Amino acid sequence: MQAFTTLKGLAAPLDRANVDTDAIIPKQFLKSIKRTGYGPYLFDEWRYEDRGEPEMDCTHRPRRADFVLNQPRYQGASILLARENFGCGSSREHAPWALLDAGFRCVIAPSFADIFYNNCFKNGILPIVMDVSTMDKLFSECEASEGYALDVDLQAQSVTTPSGEVFAFDLDAFRKHCLLNGLDDIGLTLADADAIGAYEEKRHYEAPWLL
Amino acid sequence: MAKTLFDKVWDQHVVKRNDDGSILLYIDRHLLHEVTSPQAFEGLRLAGRKPWRVSAAAATPDHNVPTTNRDKGIADSVSRAQVEALDRNCEEFGITEFGLDDIRQGIVHVVGPEQGLTLPGMTVVCGDSHTSTHGAFGSIAMGIGTSEVEHVLATQCLIQQKPKRMRISVNGDLPSGITGKDVALYIIGKIGTAGGTGYAIEFAGTAIRQLSMEGRMSLCNMTIEAGARCGMVAVDDVTIEYVKGRPYAPSGDDWTRAEAAWRELVTDKGAVFDHELEFQAADIVPQVSWGTSPEMVLPVTASVPDPDAARDAVQREGWQRALGYMGLQAGTPITEIAVDKVFIGSCTNGRIEDFRDAAAIASRALAKGHKVADNVKLAMLVPGSGLVKKQAEKEGLDTIFRDAGFEWRDPGCSMCLAMNADRLEPGERCASTSNRNFEGRQGMGGRTHLVSPAMAAAAAIAGHFVDIRDWT
Ligand code: SF4
Repeated sequence: MQAFTTLKGLAAPLDRANVDTDAIIPKQFLKSIKRTGYGPYLFDEWRYEDRGEPEMDCTHRPRRADFVLNQPRYQGASILLARENFGCGSSREHAPWALLDAGFRCVIAPSFADIFYNNCFKNGILPIVMDVSTMDKLFSECEASEGYALDVDLQAQSVTTPSGEVFAFDLDAFRKHCLLNGLDDIGLTLADADAIGAYEEKRHYEAPWLL
Repeated sequence: MAKTLFDKVWDQHVVKRNDDGSILLYIDRHLLHEVTSPQAFEGLRLAGRKPWRVSAAAATPDHNVPTTNRDKGIADSVSRAQVEALDRNCEEFGITEFGLDDIRQGIVHVVGPEQGLTLPGMTVVCGDSHTSTHGAFGSIAMGIGTSEVEHVLATQCLIQQKPKRMRISVNGDLPSGITGKDVALYIIGKIGTAGGTGYAIEFAGTAIRQLSMEGRMSLCNMTIEAGARCGMVAVDDVTIEYVKGRPYAPSGDDWTRAEAAWRELVTDKGAVFDHELEFQAADIVPQVSWGTSPEMVLPVTASVPDPDAARDAVQREGWQRALGYMGLQAGTPITEIAVDKVFIGSCTNGRIEDFRDAAAIASRALAKGHKVADNVKLAMLVPGSGLVKKQAEKEGLDTIFRDAGFEWRDPGCSMCLAMNADRLEPGERCASTSNRNFEGRQGMGGRTHLVSPAMAAAAAIAGHFVDIRDWT
């Protein structure tokens, strides 16, 4: 997994609540057995006029002018500003895969759905929880000034705006550690193989029907 | 110390407490399907790892499978490749699979309980958010992403933070015609789609005790729609009766010991929850969702809401967008909304009791000389598994459905998420027993209204939503 330390990047505002994983990446793209290549289909139904199909070439598909990420000023954005309950719905990891493939390394929102939040960390994406009033501020600043870029520092747990205003965010220590170092947590867990084996032995005695 | 049901099961599965407060949690049962597993198996192979304990895992293809002409195989080559990848992976790693040609094949959350793979007090995971279904057995059941599927395959564990505990009690007697589905939609309507975020929810109270296992599964299934990590119901006679004799359930001495252990899986008197809510069963009316989020739901007796009545600007915008997408006018009575298609099935409502409920409505209609209304282009029933299908046919339900103008299909997820050929066309409106009414969920531009099986069957006959309480 790609480590995340600091990121200075263009922000894009997706101003709607309850953005679900079906919207982030529609189901027809879940048929792929790969982890990559989902970027062009990110928000497919909002981004394009026609219905997307797996492996379709998206360069000439008609785009919806009213979809914010289609605006030229947000091309190349790596930070997504979002609203409440971002990533609700299905557990598909294709959602963070699509965001990552489209260049997003960080999503900032007042709240995230649990599984999506978790899936982000497994893929080197930093989801940041900010309170609603901070989000309102970031949204209005971002919409007001073209080229609005934020400075995200994971070690310091801070987001700095172009005017130098700094916002702190919370994060649990284990996730931070893994993300900073790009650690694969299967390897970490396997370091506890003896403990797992001992647990199984005990359970085998207590609840033999489970094993 | 008095413990909650959740704490009892959780504590039994702690392998190790890490210094940073995270927990290494042991996973008893790992269910797999074709969509979220291929990249996990690939990851295992690339790292040269083996599954930790193959007997913990079981798999079945469900999302991509066709519901007609099964004998001809899967026409869509991309879907076929994914199902074949599951077959190959299970074969290579020695994992039990109920494949397409096996009568036990079906939706993973229907198959698990049906086979006795889901047992009380277990930790159950699957790369699918509706894994919460299995909490109906007093187990901790959570949906996980593909990276975690790989993690569980390789280690039989998950790294977890302990969620907070919430108890939602529904007290009083369930009125007639009110199902687990209505209870679920009612609760989500009250607490919202983020109302359960960060929590493990226990459903308790007299009305919950009155639900069958099927009803409890429908309720726990939709816990994820309230944003919760998992939903649970304590073990009682209903649970024990359901599990007894299932193929993978214990028997003999093991059964006696297991039953004694399972009887302990209730919240102790005096146990403290982080949050408690109570609702009255008598207040619950058949529910119909009107918008594009499961919290946009109303009693069938209500009318489509006016955005001016929204709580704040974010909700107002959400409602406006939903009304536009759904093609609805504020103030329209729900019972005046006509439907183009009807879908009865999914892991929420694809079990035998659901088809019995629907058949009761269909047979009453037949007796009065009614059939599926002319404006309804397609009313389809998709059993949750091959065994549900067989049971329904044994009871003659398929004949009732066919006579009444419904289509009776083969098992799978089908139009719950429209990954196979079953889908809504743009603008089509559907009464659906599934769990999500998101934009495009049942097909690009499709409009979904979530209801119980009886409500869906009645909508098929009437051609629009009706209050089934008037039909009895
Ligand atoms: S029936 Fe629907 S919700 Fe259930 S597992 Fe299948 S696609 Fe997911």
